[in-house]
Amino acid sequence: MTKHFFGDTAVLLGRSLRHITRSVDTIITTAITPIVMLLLFVYVFGGAINTGSVSYVNYLLPGILLITVASGIAYTAFRLFMDMKSGIFERFQSMPIARSSVLWGHVLTSLVANVISLVVVVLAAVLMGFRSGAGVPAWLAVAGILILFTLALTWLAVIAGLSAKSVDGASAFSYPLIFLPFLSSAFVPTATMPGPVRAFAEHQPVTSIVNAIRNLYAQQPVGTDIWFALAWCAGILIVAYIFAMNSYRRKIS
Amino acid sequence: MTAQHTQVIHVQGLEKSYKTLQVLRGVDFDVARGGIFALLGSNGAGKTTVVRILSTLLKADAGTASVNGFDVATQAADVRESISLTGQFAAVDEILSGRENLVLVARLRHLKNPGAIADDLLERFSLTEAGARKVSTYSGGMRRRLDIAMSLIGDPPVIFLDEPTTGLDPQARIEVWQAVKELAGQGTTVLLTTQYLDEAEQLADRIAILHQGRIIVNGTLAELKRLLPPAKVEYVEKQPTLEDVFLALIGTDGKNGEPAMTATPAPTSKEQR
Repeated sequence: MTKHFFGDTAVLLGRSLRHITRSVDTIITTAITPIVMLLLFVYVFGGAINTGSVSYVNYLLPGILLITVASGIAYTAFRLFMDMKSGIFERFQSMPIARSSVLWGHVLTSLVANVISLVVVVLAAVLMGFRSGAGVPAWLAVAGILILFTLALTWLAVIAGLSAKSVDGASAFSYPLIFLPFLSSAFVPTATMPGPVRAFAEHQPVTSIVNAIRNLYAQQPVGTDIWFALAWCAGILIVAYIFAMNSYRRKIS
Repeated sequence: MTAQHTQVIHVQGLEKSYKTLQVLRGVDFDVARGGIFALLGSNGAGKTTVVRILSTLLKADAGTASVNGFDVATQAADVRESISLTGQFAAVDEILSGRENLVLVARLRHLKNPGAIADDLLERFSLTEAGARKVSTYSGGMRRRLDIAMSLIGDPPVIFLDEPTTGLDPQARIEVWQAVKELAGQGTTVLLTTQYLDEAEQLADRIAILHQGRIIVNGTLAELKRLLPPAKVEYVEKQPTLEDVFLALIGTDGKNGEPAMTATPAPTSKEQR
């Protein structure tokens, strides 16, 4: 069966990408919330937030990109849940295909959809004055971190989609992920936060990921942040993947 | 392949419980190659559980089952090569068009010319005109026909149809029945579950009744009828049923406005038990 893994995954990827092209609103709503937050924070709150010499839109963008991914993956959980509910999941499972390709089709679709949303949000930020002198290697490094982050959260979404009992449940899990950046260095420097909040903010994954991306854009040395960022993403990815595959095996056995 | 080449499905001592609820308590039956075998039973009798075990979606607690000579537990991949499942709810992709659904399944079965296969099936199931439309715009009967057409791709020797007409209106039911008869006409073995007695009577060559987790009878319709006291002959005027009236008034069988074939009320004498 595994000999068809890549072919089957490609066919199923094509199927769910077609779903996306027929409901473009999912990409637009994914991009609109982060763009509205950019507008709100850059033009309303931003003036009161002191980020030193860095312009606030430059400071804010990395956190907004993570929020974009966190809201985008809710649709992955939703699409997976709908497949299970509609019975097409069972049809696929009773066919001679590589069984894990059903999940990989959704995971890769999530990656494509989130990359499109991220590009839209970055373009919006450029219109609002975001500028970076970063060269190609730094942009590639940012892209790599974001892709790894997307994959990690997507596998979390797979767990949610597989174990949800209702449509609302399938997407509600993403709310805490969307709010996590607020308790990090994404919007304000952590130095302004009171002790316990600051301790949490400085040790949760979003801060190291945001700092790494911010320094890459600002052509600053990334220090240890990038290694923490990569370790967090890879760690979440591996743990979520194992749990997702386990719950998938329980579903199909 | 094992020696039992005439028995395409072999089920012995199948048991399955969901927590404390014992659904199957030792199910035994065999299905010979070709023709339509109906598994008849009321709601909750365990019909779907049997189909899910046979289509490798569920593991039995005890007993053995084989399909096309392959054990469902140990040779699941071979079983999946031999079968096609049409579940209780039409397993079609609502967002894709009918044709795209067929192409998708043909690709997943690794067949050449998926487009040609799709066009051929659309024609056979009178869906050519609707082929380019999104499935979410289809009627219940069209959706079921597409579902069955998807099951035919790759010519699997065994097809499972789990309650294919539940929730359909009378016209759509007749459409589905025609599709199933056409299937069996090509030598495919069809295992059909239903809670409708007339459906089993219309379609099946052999009927097994599943009741409280066991097969209580298994035979042809004639054999089943012999289990009861012989019919006595009475002559009564046959009143058209509401279904006859409904179909005659509508005047179509639901496909492209052709006149109905089965909808002529016949006021003749009838054998009455």
